[in-house]
Amino acid sequence: MPRVVMRVNGKEVSGEVEPRTLLVEFLREHLGLTGTHVGCDTSQCGCCVVHLDGRSVKSCTVLAVQCEGAEVLTIEGLARNGELHPIQRAFHECHGLQCGFCTPGMIMSALELLQRHPAPTEPQVRAWLEGNLCRCTGYHNIVRAILQAAEEMRQAPRPAA
Amino acid sequence: MVEKGIGQAVPRKEDRRFVTGRGRYVDDIRLPGQAWAVFVRSPHAHARIRRVDKASVEGMPGVLAVFTGADAEADGIGPLICGWMIHSRDGTPMKVGTHRVLATDKVRYVGDRVACVVAETLHQARDAAEALVVEYEELPAVVDLATADEAPALVHDDIPGNLCYDWELGDRAAVEEAFAKAARVVSVDLVNNRLVPNALEPRAALAAYDPGRDEITLYLTSQNPHVHRLVMSAFNNIAPEHKLRVVAPDVGGGFGSKIFIYGEECVVAWAARKLGRPVKWREERGEAFLADAHGRDHVTRAELAVDADGRFLALRVDTRANLGAYMSTFSSAVPTYLYAPLLSGQYRIPAIHARVRTYYTNTTPVDAYRGAGRPEACFVVETLVDAAARALGIDRAEIRRRNFIPPDAFPYQTPVVMTYDSGDYRTCLDRALELADYAGFERRRQEARARGRLRGIGIGCYIEACGIAPSQAAISLGAGVGLWESAEVRFTHTGKVQVYTGTHTHGQGHETTFSQLVAETLGVPFEDVEVIHGDTATTPVGMGTYGSRSQAVGGEALLRACHKIIEKGRKIAAHLLEASEADIEFEAGVFRVKGTDRRKTIQEIAFAAYVPASYPADLEPGLEASAFFDPPNFTFPSGTYVCEVEVDPETGRVRIEKWVAVDDFGRIINPLIVEGQVHGGLVQGIGQALLEHAVYDRESGQLLTGSFMDYAMPRADDVPSFTVEFAPGSPTPSNTLGAKGAGEAGAIGAPAALMNAIWDAVGTRVEMPATPERVWRAIRQTQMPQAAE
Ligand code: FES
Ligand code: FES
Repeated sequence: MPRVVMRVNGKEVSGEVEPRTLLVEFLREHLGLTGTHVGCDTSQCGCCVVHLDGRSVKSCTVLAVQCEGAEVLTIEGLARNGELHPIQRAFHECHGLQCGFCTPGMIMSALELLQRHPAPTEPQVRAWLEGNLCRCTGYHNIVRAILQAAEEMRQAPRPAA
Repeated sequence: MVEKGIGQAVPRKEDRRFVTGRGRYVDDIRLPGQAWAVFVRSPHAHARIRRVDKASVEGMPGVLAVFTGADAEADGIGPLICGWMIHSRDGTPMKVGTHRVLATDKVRYVGDRVACVVAETLHQARDAAEALVVEYEELPAVVDLATADEAPALVHDDIPGNLCYDWELGDRAAVEEAFAKAARVVSVDLVNNRLVPNALEPRAALAAYDPGRDEITLYLTSQNPHVHRLVMSAFNNIAPEHKLRVVAPDVGGGFGSKIFIYGEECVVAWAARKLGRPVKWREERGEAFLADAHGRDHVTRAELAVDADGRFLALRVDTRANLGAYMSTFSSAVPTYLYAPLLSGQYRIPAIHARVRTYYTNTTPVDAYRGAGRPEACFVVETLVDAAARALGIDRAEIRRRNFIPPDAFPYQTPVVMTYDSGDYRTCLDRALELADYAGFERRRQEARARGRLRGIGIGCYIEACGIAPSQAAISLGAGVGLWESAEVRFTHTGKVQVYTGTHTHGQGHETTFSQLVAETLGVPFEDVEVIHGDTATTPVGMGTYGSRSQAVGGEALLRACHKIIEKGRKIAAHLLEASEADIEFEAGVFRVKGTDRRKTIQEIAFAAYVPASYPADLEPGLEASAFFDPPNFTFPSGTYVCEVEVDPETGRVRIEKWVAVDDFGRIINPLIVEGQVHGGLVQGIGQALLEHAVYDRESGQLLTGSFMDYAMPRADDVPSFTVEFAPGSPTPSNTLGAKGAGEAGAIGAPAALMNAIWDAVGTRVEMPATPERVWRAIRQTQMPQAAE
């Protein structure tokens, strides 16, 4: 079985995987990082979004072996020293989650949005989330949370890792 | 005011684990030595099983076992049950088709379970499941609900006409008399489209057998772990009830679909015992579309008799409901007692009669989905109300006002079983119209017309029966279980509080709202309360979470347990403070001798209860209490939704421009959470009205909308932000808390408001889901009648 080496949340990790092993399976089953979820089998729901070399990807559509040498950031790596990232905090304060199943993917997706567009409008946020489904919240408070986080991040930018 | 007490918008304490990726869902749990189960499902809607060839996968890598229906039967695994008995009009009991955990003789829908393959890894189990040879003899399928009784095929060979029951409610003669005298009769034929629940976490089960204790532990995506335990032991013979532990950890949404006892969890638990090692099954989304119980699926003809002033005289409803291939756990109750008793809506309707026939078809079983029966009823009533307003030329708000049950008429007995507890429908309507600027709408319509757009406004007034349920009433109507709820409160030595609840939270935020309730009632800090749920080994027996019952029934049980704590604490305080019990008052966490400054905090009392150095001689040590609550009546939340849409006549696309919700939920524990419940429900209702539709091929019975690529789930840019307000509220007398329940309201009222708005915009009624194509065709038909053919 091929061996793959990558950096996940700042740490070097490696494992032997079948060629068909998906990145999300590698994260969940090999590394025990179960914060990244699987909500579909057609790459539609966005529960599995992580960052791969700084861009958000659906980890159910990436093979683990494709990530050789890559830098992966998952929801578990977002808070620093126990302090929540402003997006995580805003989801909490705005009640942007209910069952929490879509939440890690939503937050990781929102992270790239705010990296690219620090001051999005509500329609921009809604359009950006087209690849993320939530069945619980009706999106209202997710959108509110992302707008609040954007505001906060503009006022107090977080030093780069 | 207590910090983080009742009525405050406290952000949830459960959030931290979810936003950091530390939630613990069933699929996140991995037990040492666990094997993987994959189900082999029928590719046919209707077929006889000729042979399952186990030898075809023998020797494949990692394969541990293949289980079939015959194996399950040989081991005495019982069939799945429907827990609510319905009798037909002629007194005969409903006809139940046998529903096995794995099919033996026939398969009856695409996705029906035929065999279960267990292997060392998931990939190996999948490979073997694909390789397993099953021979079928295809049979003609019954797909269409409207013609199920005339179909040449029978889903269950022993059930003629595919008819499960032919049920009625209400006074037929009184209705006929009223119709004969009415100035006007309006009628509609409508469809309540079939929906797929699609909680984002797919179902999963992980079972482990402990031979030393002869006990099975089952981790399960369940809304009601005790109900699973009860049914799986009493009917499916998985294990005696005390030897089966069901744990529902974090669960990623349910909306009804995780109430039911499915074959998969039975097989997984049975397989774990047979193989002597843990077995895990995790559904794929494609499987979820086929295997999770669907919702709705009615066709209805409804008529309303009105007098010349638009006053409602009588209502007649004839509904055919689709059961799917088998009766799921509560499927019989949904189109009957959860539907017809709500047909009075918010109105005085002197006479009502409903007839409901349910049919088996070769499709996925249908059961409760958010709202369950009540959205269907609301849609029928509110469509007819708009039809009457149009027929008589009365404003749509005005005709509602004329017919509302007035605030002084409560408790109000409807002609269809229910006694409404409280409500102020007119206040909700008027406030919603004000927020929506109903008065200024015609100007906006003109302005839109000038831009070439069709603009419409719609009203939906809903009533909901929540707080399921008074047990005696439910049992007398056919329920097989009581529907009380339970709670237990335990103080620790150091004054912290553990709350054990029989409800289950899978997004509703009970860990927060129950902590608020305890903080308010016992005067302990919110942070000192821990809420524990979802494990039959630790929590008191409870009926679980559905029907918007957790706060109204479970919250009340918790409140009563808290009051027992206070009463015991009072005795201890009287002893310690050397006063008579009658002189001890309790407020904000402190017991005090009336009129003095002699006091003990509840934490000091708890310590004294566990370290009884000085203690009343006739009192047990310890400070814990449990309570069961069985409500005397349902609760009846109500409200008005007003929706404004704009339609592009070129494309038929509907855009929601504005949405106002004014809800009366009685007393609200946490407005932040309740608003979230409304938002979520509204979007599910909007999904039903605009987007979602489970479509079967009429010939083959294949589900054509079997993935997120074919089944349109509402996405963020399909829906607007909402204006949500709570009416001053009419606390329910059904519990002392005054809470009515809020979980389903949005899904109940939204389709009616939205479809009435589209009707107003395009001038003709469109069926749900109002896809661009349907709307476009409707516009062409009204505007260009000659083009209609
Ligand atoms: S799991 Fe659904 S998009 Fe990846
Ligand atoms: S919070 Fe449950 S799916 Fe989004």
